[in-house]
Amino acid sequence: MLPGDEIPDRGLRPGFGTYRMGSHLYASVLGYATWREPFVRIVPFAGRYAARTGDTVVGIVQDVQKTFWLLDIDAPRWAPLHVSGTPWDETPPGELDQHLRVGDAVLVAVEDLDPTGRIGVTLKGEGLGRLSGGTILHVSPARIPRVIGKGGSMIHTITRRTGTEVAVGQNGRIWVSGDADGIRRVRDCLRLIEEEGQRPGLTERIEGFLDMTGPTDGAGPAPSLSSEQGERRWEA
Amino acid sequence: MGSVGAKEVPELLNAEGRRIDGRRLDELRPISIKIAPLTRADGSAFVEWGENKVMAAVYGPREVHPRHLMETDKAIVQCRYNMAAFSVDERKRPGLDRRSQEISKVITEAFESVIFTEEFPKTSIDIYIEVLQANAGTRCAGLVAASLALADAGIPMADLVPAVAVGKVAGRIALDLKKEEDNFGEADLPMALVPQSGRLVLLQMEGHLNRGELREALDLGVTGCREIYRKMREALRARYEAAGGAEEAEAAA
Repeated sequence: MLPGDEIPDRGLRPGFGTYRMGSHLYASVLGYATWREPFVRIVPFAGRYAARTGDTVVGIVQDVQKTFWLLDIDAPRWAPLHVSGTPWDETPPGELDQHLRVGDAVLVAVEDLDPTGRIGVTLKGEGLGRLSGGTILHVSPARIPRVIGKGGSMIHTITRRTGTEVAVGQNGRIWVSGDADGIRRVRDCLRLIEEEGQRPGLTERIEGFLDMTGPTDGAGPAPSLSSEQGERRWEA
Repeated sequence: MGSVGAKEVPELLNAEGRRIDGRRLDELRPISIKIAPLTRADGSAFVEWGENKVMAAVYGPREVHPRHLMETDKAIVQCRYNMAAFSVDERKRPGLDRRSQEISKVITEAFESVIFTEEFPKTSIDIYIEVLQANAGTRCAGLVAASLALADAGIPMADLVPAVAVGKVAGRIALDLKKEEDNFGEADLPMALVPQSGRLVLLQMEGHLNRGELREALDLGVTGCREIYRKMREALRARYEAAGGAEEAEAAA
């Protein structure tokens, strides 16, 4: 569907990416149409990250205020992280930069959304926290379920085989820490997923790629899973 | 309109009704479109239209800078139309001038009326149009490129916006003027159409047309816009067909 295309409504209500004019329904974004009770909606091919409550996202501190930080999470607006949503809620106002400064990366969860587009995030939760060291890679947010795999199988395979530690944000940002070669292999895996994510047999191809490019389990440099960050929980 | 250096007016329309480049009166120049040539922008498009070459990039919706421009109930649309110094025969003095300010303004207003800005309050949608090579009709080429870039950026809007200029050449109404026709012709009428609703979102006129000629020019322009619309849709389809087809199959499964 392209913007301006007419969509048959099949008796359903207009949902995301659609608009009604007169008695007809039209698409407003590039994507494909789905008809599932009770909405007709467009699943977009492009666009900024559309936050949903409960999503885990990778944010980068853009501004430090008296009682909150502003994070860039690739959404239309910066997301406020209030001190009350962090383990440092005793910090006196105005001294927040002792914990997080501009440019720092954090793994946070989307807590509340309001109709004006404000996205409140929190640092309290399992596996959430500051991301130190490492590098941030990008994939389309639409591909994140593929990156994670069923029950986290895909990401587990990739981290185990490359000896890296990874944090996946639903906003398409993926934080990777490890040696340079490991990070390079993760990057190539992500590119493979991004380009071929919709074709079947992806897991096999990723396995094949990892076999081809590096040592198998245990043979390579020691995996650098730090105990501090611990195991993360993955949700597809 | 640049320098009018030629000593005499060229023959704009020959006895067979052909124009300076061999086109008939109702014929467009060839158009080729590339979607998403830029990776850093949220959306982009490159349009070659006759001898025009125009790049458009879209960023956003994103934080508003400067902040005082922010609207609490909708996104603002900011557009900058710019011509490269090397885009015309005589070096163009770089930077903002009265002409590019005007064009930026009318293009902004055209897009404000099709983008669903109320879906992204307190944000800005930024459109950059860079004219790399100019040969009359760059505001229309810029609008077409920007419209494709907006679609590529996934920004919700009522429709794509095709645009074309109609003019009066050697006493006749002609579609899609090129430089010589624009310089030596009698009128120029750029317009932008929303095909879904049939509304015009940009209409300007330079020179003189009488009522009958204006009517004829509008009809010809709308027909031209619809042809450009088809090409725009084809280009977007081709770009997203592979991914889209697979996703659709997946959704159905």
